[in-house]
Amino acid sequence: MPTLAHLLQQAYLEAPDHTVIELITGKRSAQTITGRDFMRGAAGYVEAYRTAGIEPGDVVVLILQHGAPLIYAFFGAILRGAIPSIMPFLTEKLSPEKYRRDLAALLTVTKPAAIVTYREFEPEVRAAAENSSVRAILIDEAIGPAAEVDGITLAGLALSPEDITLLQHSSGTTGLQKGVALSHQAVLNQLESYSEAIRLKPGDVIVSWLPLYHDMGLIAGFILPILRRIPLVLLSPFDWVRAPHMLLQAVARYHGTLTWLPNFAYNFCAQKIRQRDLEGVDLSSWRAVINCSEPMRYESHQMFLQRFAPYGLRADALAACYAMAENVFAVTQGGIDEPVRVDEIDSLAFFKERRAVPATSGETIKMLSAGRPIRNVRVRVLDEQRSELPDRRIGEIALNSDCMLTGYFHRDDLTAQAFHEGWYLTGDLGYVAEGEVYVVGRKKDLIIVGGKNVYPGDLEYLASEVEGVSPGRVVAFGVFNEHVGTEDVVMVAEADTADSAERQRLADAIRERITRSSDVTLRKVHIVGPRWVLKTSSGKTARAANREKYLAEIAERQD
Amino acid sequence: MTTDLIPSLAKYIAAEILSQPNRKIGENEPLISSGLIDSFHLVDLSMFVEQTFSVRIDDSELNTSTFDTLAQLAELIRQRQA
Repeated sequence: MPTLAHLLQQAYLEAPDHTVIELITGKRSAQTITGRDFMRGAAGYVEAYRTAGIEPGDVVVLILQHGAPLIYAFFGAILRGAIPSIMPFLTEKLSPEKYRRDLAALLTVTKPAAIVTYREFEPEVRAAAENSSVRAILIDEAIGPAAEVDGITLAGLALSPEDITLLQHSSGTTGLQKGVALSHQAVLNQLESYSEAIRLKPGDVIVSWLPLYHDMGLIAGFILPILRRIPLVLLSPFDWVRAPHMLLQAVARYHGTLTWLPNFAYNFCAQKIRQRDLEGVDLSSWRAVINCSEPMRYESHQMFLQRFAPYGLRADALAACYAMAENVFAVTQGGIDEPVRVDEIDSLAFFKERRAVPATSGETIKMLSAGRPIRNVRVRVLDEQRSELPDRRIGEIALNSDCMLTGYFHRDDLTAQAFHEGWYLTGDLGYVAEGEVYVVGRKKDLIIVGGKNVYPGDLEYLASEVEGVSPGRVVAFGVFNEHVGTEDVVMVAEADTADSAERQRLADAIRERITRSSDVTLRKVHIVGPRWVLKTSSGKTARAANREKYLAEIAERQD
Repeated sequence: MTTDLIPSLAKYIAAEILSQPNRKIGENEPLISSGLIDSFHLVDLSMFVEQTFSVRIDDSELNTSTFDTLAQLAELIRQRQA
């Protein structure tokens, strides 16, 4: 079996004029990266890594914004045989102190040999990397493309398929990050099987605005097209969130055929694009718009379809996928060349008996299927005792495949906990019916906002540091917002004061603390009196119970 | 004119973005850098401004380099109206 380096070499030395990426960032016009540009850019990094003493197997952390340097630094590391890992870039509102703490925590666990960043950011990185494993800090501005690729040793070609090719850090808010270590073999098995599932073919064009530090963006919107020689139109998430029409205009302009989106993006695009920005836009080339990475909603699909059908969007283009970094990417895929299956089930049986019973009358819920497991993945649904459940019973989804993670990097303890008799325990709840997988929620209190995992405990900890908030007397949870298509993060905090101005000040301080320290925006901060927050008998915060209490209180107020 | 813009902007931000209709926002209070308004709401804000004040504001025109406070936003709108 080849490695990623072999495929890159084959793809782009043989086809130097092939367009690898149309890169669209900011207001500048698109930058076309050909096979030749790609290999020269990456080879420039190969040489820089070699000169800096970075050896095959060393971890290289990339702290770069979405753009050409990130592309070259990433694939340069692969060609060098080193292990790249992309870290989210510091955003304007995140506090530098918090970022430095996170980075230091990452360095402690991952023990990288090098960090690549911009000159401007060097002092920051140098401070965080003091007394760490980091031997070299490489500055992008000092690294140019190689004049010739011939003659540069691509040490990545000497690796074995079992060797680790990249690390993907979970997008949690917690300081203790888990690096998902993936082998060449796992990545290539996933790409092979997933390409079949989406019927990838010459003539396809992938359009993506997704961040590259998350599996959906990194695999579906970056590595898949580049290794399978499918042109990629790459936009930046920073630009997309401010100008969502850029995605649709790019699809029209480049005749895009495939795009992956988290659920909230369907609502976001449907609600926040002006008429004038859609003039002349033709979306008929789009053969699959794949909903992935957070719970999918039937209503979001309908909203998206109604808004864009007049611009040529086909109903059968809406597709769905269930994916996770631990399986490289996709577990299932549905809705390719056919509608996404909708399972209408009885609401009462779903909540009370944890069963998905088909129903057409009374209170029902329309569940969107995530499709069937892709060829190399097997799925089971387990009960609390980890015994397999029959069809239509809700339990924890477990999976087994030939594209699983090698392990959580340097965290053998976590790797061991994640598996049961060779099956990976996803922590997701769902059911299987007629061979299709339906994902209904999370086993734990995880909140998923726009595809990003948020751990309520982290937010509660941060809020507890605000003056006037008693530790342990705050609770965070997610409440699904139908309009937005994702969860709102709500925080309830107890205060001794009943003074409304004082409560307002406290709410503001909590908001600011959370935003600056976690990059999560609280949708609602609810200040309550003493002894409001419910605890379990062991003194732990009962998030689900507090969530119910909050919802009841809000509903009462609106009556 | 600027003075009329501010209450209307403040009301919209408090009610629609912060979901706290009674929230008072000072005209020099930082909105973006403080985390009150996140990037997901900048498009909403620009659409509201366009519709309410009959000015043209394109996507990504509203960002940290163009405004952070109500006073600055109102000034930007006023210039556009002129």
